[in-house]
Amino acid sequence: MSDTTWDPSKPILEIENLSISFFTRLREIPAVMDFSCTVMAGEAMGLVGESGCGKSTVALAVMRDLGKNGRIVGGSIKFKGRDLTHMTEEELRHIRGSEIAMIYQEPMASLNPAMKIGAQLAEVPMIHQGMAKDEAWKLARQIVADVRLPDPDRIVNAYPHQLSGGQQQRIVIAMALMSKPALLILDEPTTALDVTVEAGIVDLVKDLGKKYGTSMLFISHNLGLVLDVCDRLCVMYSGEAVETGNVEEVFDNMRHPYTQALFRSIPLPGADKNSRPLVAIPGNFPLPHERPPGCNFGPRCSYFVEGRCNAQDIPMVDVPDAHRHETRCLRSAEIDWAKPAVAGKTAEKAEIGRVVLKLDDLKKYYSVGSSAFGGGMKKVVKANETLSFEAREGETLAIVGESGCGKSTFAKVLMGLETATSGQIMLFDENVQSTPIQMRDTGTISKLQMVFQNPFDTLNPSSTVGRQIIRALEIFDYGKSDAERETRMLELLDLVKLPRAFADRMPRQLSGGQKQRVGIARAFAGGAKVVVADEPVSALDVSVQAAVTDLLMDIQRKNKTTLLFISHDLSIVRYLSDRVMVMYLGHVVEMGTTDQVFSPPYHPYTEALLSAVPIADTRVQKQRIVLEGDIPSAVNPPPGCPFQTRCRWKSQVPGGLCDREIPPVRMLEGGHQIKCHLPDEVLAKMEPVIKIAAE
Amino acid sequence: MLSFVLRRIGVMILTAFALTFIVFYMTNLPPNLEKLAKSEASVRMDDAAVASWLEENGHTGPVLMRYGEWLGALPGWTRTNEDGKITGRCIIEGQDPATAPSHCGILQGNWGYSTVFKAPVTEVLARSLGATGWLMLWVMIVMVPSSLLLGVLSGMREGSRTDRVLSTFAITTTATPEYVSGVILIALLASATAGISPILAEAGWIEGKTLFPGTATSAMEDITFWNFFLPVMTIALYGIGYIARMTRASMTEVMTQQYIRTARLKGVSFREVVMKHALRNALIAPFTVIMLQFPWLLNGVVIVETLFNYKGFGWTLVQAAGNNDIDTLLACSVVAVFVVLVTQLISDIGYVFLNPRIRLA
Repeated sequence: MSDTTWDPSKPILEIENLSISFFTRLREIPAVMDFSCTVMAGEAMGLVGESGCGKSTVALAVMRDLGKNGRIVGGSIKFKGRDLTHMTEEELRHIRGSEIAMIYQEPMASLNPAMKIGAQLAEVPMIHQGMAKDEAWKLARQIVADVRLPDPDRIVNAYPHQLSGGQQQRIVIAMALMSKPALLILDEPTTALDVTVEAGIVDLVKDLGKKYGTSMLFISHNLGLVLDVCDRLCVMYSGEAVETGNVEEVFDNMRHPYTQALFRSIPLPGADKNSRPLVAIPGNFPLPHERPPGCNFGPRCSYFVEGRCNAQDIPMVDVPDAHRHETRCLRSAEIDWAKPAVAGKTAEKAEIGRVVLKLDDLKKYYSVGSSAFGGGMKKVVKANETLSFEAREGETLAIVGESGCGKSTFAKVLMGLETATSGQIMLFDENVQSTPIQMRDTGTISKLQMVFQNPFDTLNPSSTVGRQIIRALEIFDYGKSDAERETRMLELLDLVKLPRAFADRMPRQLSGGQKQRVGIARAFAGGAKVVVADEPVSALDVSVQAAVTDLLMDIQRKNKTTLLFISHDLSIVRYLSDRVMVMYLGHVVEMGTTDQVFSPPYHPYTEALLSAVPIADTRVQKQRIVLEGDIPSAVNPPPGCPFQTRCRWKSQVPGGLCDREIPPVRMLEGGHQIKCHLPDEVLAKMEPVIKIAAE
Repeated sequence: MLSFVLRRIGVMILTAFALTFIVFYMTNLPPNLEKLAKSEASVRMDDAAVASWLEENGHTGPVLMRYGEWLGALPGWTRTNEDGKITGRCIIEGQDPATAPSHCGILQGNWGYSTVFKAPVTEVLARSLGATGWLMLWVMIVMVPSSLLLGVLSGMREGSRTDRVLSTFAITTTATPEYVSGVILIALLASATAGISPILAEAGWIEGKTLFPGTATSAMEDITFWNFFLPVMTIALYGIGYIARMTRASMTEVMTQQYIRTARLKGVSFREVVMKHALRNALIAPFTVIMLQFPWLLNGVVIVETLFNYKGFGWTLVQAAGNNDIDTLLACSVVAVFVVLVTQLISDIGYVFLNPRIRLA
């Protein structure tokens, strides 16, 4: 169905001065202002920015699906030379799904739960090409095979809930490819997935892009991913494009202060919490109706000049000596871009003290019924298998692994929300493994606290911030009078660097980062000695992440807290942890200091995990290791080594040992533990996954 | 699946026992029994005579025992009179006590004798349930499709004009209880002096004095549109509004789901989006509500049958309650419990079929 008048050398998608507003009862809220970008045939364009910057709005505008309140108030979106902004619903319907297809953030939510996969796929050619049902199902089966899903015959007859997250996303991709679209819009396609699964999806998307010559609009907040996938990139901030250009040029020769600040706030290899701390972007993202005059980034910019940057609207200007590289900065020619960041305050490495937490052979099994309504055979889920380690005062121990590896179960057992099946947890001099939280005394509870993943759900929406912190103090029996607790609450707000006036605010008036600070203040209210931080920054934007991690580190130094940092983000783990523990299917497969874990010899799983993490640095060369398949179910783990089903080194172990025996814990030099059958000489030959090319 | 159904049935039976025991206890409270004695024997009995009548007719003894007898789990009482005649729960007048069965409760099919209708309870119940069955069937035929249609139409475009008009209608009908809407309908359509009937009669468009008859008694023999329209509409109107609201809520929620956006951005037309993608998902929640409407209908039936003098289950219940007919009341409660629990079971099983996510292993 290609338009015959369109010349392939012209851009596929040409967005010019696009402005989009949402209309509420109160006011018009401009979401995107003066946005322009072009995507050529076969090109992959990345849209990068933090949440609320308008990148998804642009994508939906291309689809002309802005909902009832959204309206395009200016500019044009030309697709193959035809203006989409003036098309009727009927014309749009012919383009949607057949020429422009979209892939969404949450695969589970974007598949119809009550329709078979095959029916959802076959629908596309049946609508657009009038294909017969049988033929369409055959095509669906073929495309399912194309997106490298095993057993396509079974999958086309399955319902979405019967597939794993990664498989669902492959189905969404298959659906988008059913009619060979000219433009593919990917809206954070891998955000909801695990890193190793993400790596597989990214590979698939790149290959398919090449195979079908599809242009892509790739929306992401992850700079590393954009570097991996895209040819060109457009950085957005607060509804505006601030910098556009080729990926390499923007990464290496950025010409906008926001882009620069963004790069300085993400933990790249080489960053270190003590000697080279991250530089967080000061301030907060402006609300859409409270944007500053002139440059939107002005108030947070370190190059800001009063009277110039906030005098008039800033236009996009070409960067000299570059190829299609533009920036929205008045001072781009004056700033010395090569100058290294003013290193923030460097800090002394915290001293590591005595052992405060000791786990010995901890096991947690769940028994589950086999059917939705219970009954039937009882099965045992081994969520944690023989966990043994110690954590010392002032130390940061990172626990790394993908979803389902048992890291959250471990946190629950430690906190007392669950009790251990067997084994021991020694907190200071107390055995807590079988004491549920309601039986623990206030001293133990206040010593052992948790910072939660999602700050949006963990604060009571109908109680003020101050009240919630005071409540924690009351529970911890802190202070003799209300006045004393009030004072302590204000001190805690100081500790987490929130203005004291915030005590009277409601959680909804706070941004995500501020809420997480309140969560941290609450955790430290009773002078916690051991804090479990369960993905404390993964729900936050990158520029805020840096500030919150910094805060955690600061408090740790001050209080000599032991931090158990649970995360799937290896970049941040590398940045802040002293020791790392890698978990897979309930087993600790590798444990050692950060350097030991991040350099060879690796456990094969760690190796794959490291390779899967996208790194936003053009100098980094990575060995590409893509794991096949999904994580096996914990209800039915493979016999022998838990990782054997996906391990690429399996053939190097003689005698099929991996199939039969769970590997023993081996001590390498320096207290580096590894749970693998690989012989020493093979381990010694392993090469580093990440290499930084010489500059 | 089978074990799930069996377990549900087990729970159902337990619930049925508990509920019937409560009803049994309430209907067999001493004042009720006293009333029974006076109405069965003589109104002018003194307390001693009442006590001895109760004694003779097996209404004394622990309540659990009497419940067991009524149920048929325990042997029926027998007693020998001073003159040597053996009477008992299971001995019919004039029967040889030796041939009488030892147990005679509802489990043996002995539901007792209705003191109001002067007939075995089974007979009374069968007749009235038959009548009510027809009423319910027509209510469902009218109510379910129209309410789903209303709900889907108003839910597919939330906030549109269609939505607002239909929602107003649904809220009005569901806010009007049967005893109000019934009276209004009668006044409007079935009164010779008020509503539209006098106008139509004057114009000569209808033969009788009223458009619809004010009673549904004739429907006992022969159901016609004319004699059944009013009772059916009175019950259905309430349910239509209620189910339409539920369907609308479910439909609006489904229409905001991401998979609906996926379908829309696949190029599926709006009609197809609604029919193929939204409808099945939107019907999951109202399905349970519709099944819950069955017991609720029993409630509406009591009012409507009395109002329109239709001798069905509800009318029988009212008569039994008003005249202290203990056996009939108990039987009615057994039926009601049974209806509630069976519809619950059907709704749970149907839910599983509509929603592939909870397929049973």
